[in-house]
Amino acid sequence: MTPRHALRAGAREALGVPAAVLGAGFLGYGSLAGDAGYSIWLTLTATLAIWALPGQLVLMEMHAREAAFLATVFAVSLSAARFLPMTLTLMPLMRGGCRVRRLWQFLLAAQLVSMTTWAVAMRRFEEMDVDARWHYFLGFSAVCIGSSMLFAVIGQLLIGALPPLARYGLALLTPLYFFVTLVGEARTRMAIAALVCGTGVALLLHAYAPAWSLFGAGFIGGTVAWLWQGSHVRRR
Amino acid sequence: MSAAAELWLLMLACGGATYLWRGLGVLLSGRLNPQSAIFEWVSCVAYALVAGLIARIIVAPSGLMAQTALTDRLLACVAAFVAYRLARRNMFVGLISGVLIFVAATHLRSVFL
Repeated sequence: MTPRHALRAGAREALGVPAAVLGAGFLGYGSLAGDAGYSIWLTLTATLAIWALPGQLVLMEMHAREAAFLATVFAVSLSAARFLPMTLTLMPLMRGGCRVRRLWQFLLAAQLVSMTTWAVAMRRFEEMDVDARWHYFLGFSAVCIGSSMLFAVIGQLLIGALPPLARYGLALLTPLYFFVTLVGEARTRMAIAALVCGTGVALLLHAYAPAWSLFGAGFIGGTVAWLWQGSHVRRR
Repeated sequence: MSAAAELWLLMLACGGATYLWRGLGVLLSGRLNPQSAIFEWVSCVAYALVAGLIARIIVAPSGLMAQTALTDRLLACVAAFVAYRLARRNMFVGLISGVLIFVAATHLRSVFL
């Protein structure tokens, strides 16, 4: 496969379900951003600069509740911790072909990694020539990012023009998308424990210290879940 | 600093904070064991944080969603998940079912109550 073929193959495969599912998530994000009074440029730049819907939601939520600057940055960063294992496992698969790529190229490619692009790439890379992977990943990611930005703008423009009922439905789209993804894809006992503990701690703290509830959900809930169901726990 | 400028700064800082993990992943790739206990803990924290975020948006939303009923939002979650599973993990079917149930419940509530 030539680089151009691989680029096209990646773009073509992204144009189906991946672009549409991401589009639905970002349609909701755009409508929430419009509701929060963001400008379109801010929405688009946030999508490019953060490129992680959970983090973008944390930012929007905490800013709406006037949380402290550093607490917000820290919470967004925590929600992005999953990128460490993701890039860690993905990047080695794109090394070792005929062409040697430099570190800065990998550092740039890391910005394109998302839950969707990572999951698809990990699966497709196995059956693909090492040399084709780099361009396949670029093509796939470009379509995903493009679709997300397009739908974010559509959501933002629609939210003001729609009747209230449709606006409610649109605003629910993103939380619903994450709910189904999280609950539907949690396969291990540890992941399920983390979901349960995070939910419990967030709701408890929300009543007493709302600005710290996400923070606490992550640290306290996550630690409890790890102590409870991590692989260090001896199983019968 | 104006509120808009502060939001831009906050957004860029969040972009940088997110990138730290991506960049670190590249630099460490091949040197760190994804099966180690620290990794497990970090992924637990990440999962719990996202779960807390979604729980808070659904149970105690701000803005537009605050005008809808908690029962309807919870109903939509259950409907979306059941439809998703019945349709063999089809995300579209799940999302569309959840949103339709939510809109219908909100509408009925405004008509009858």
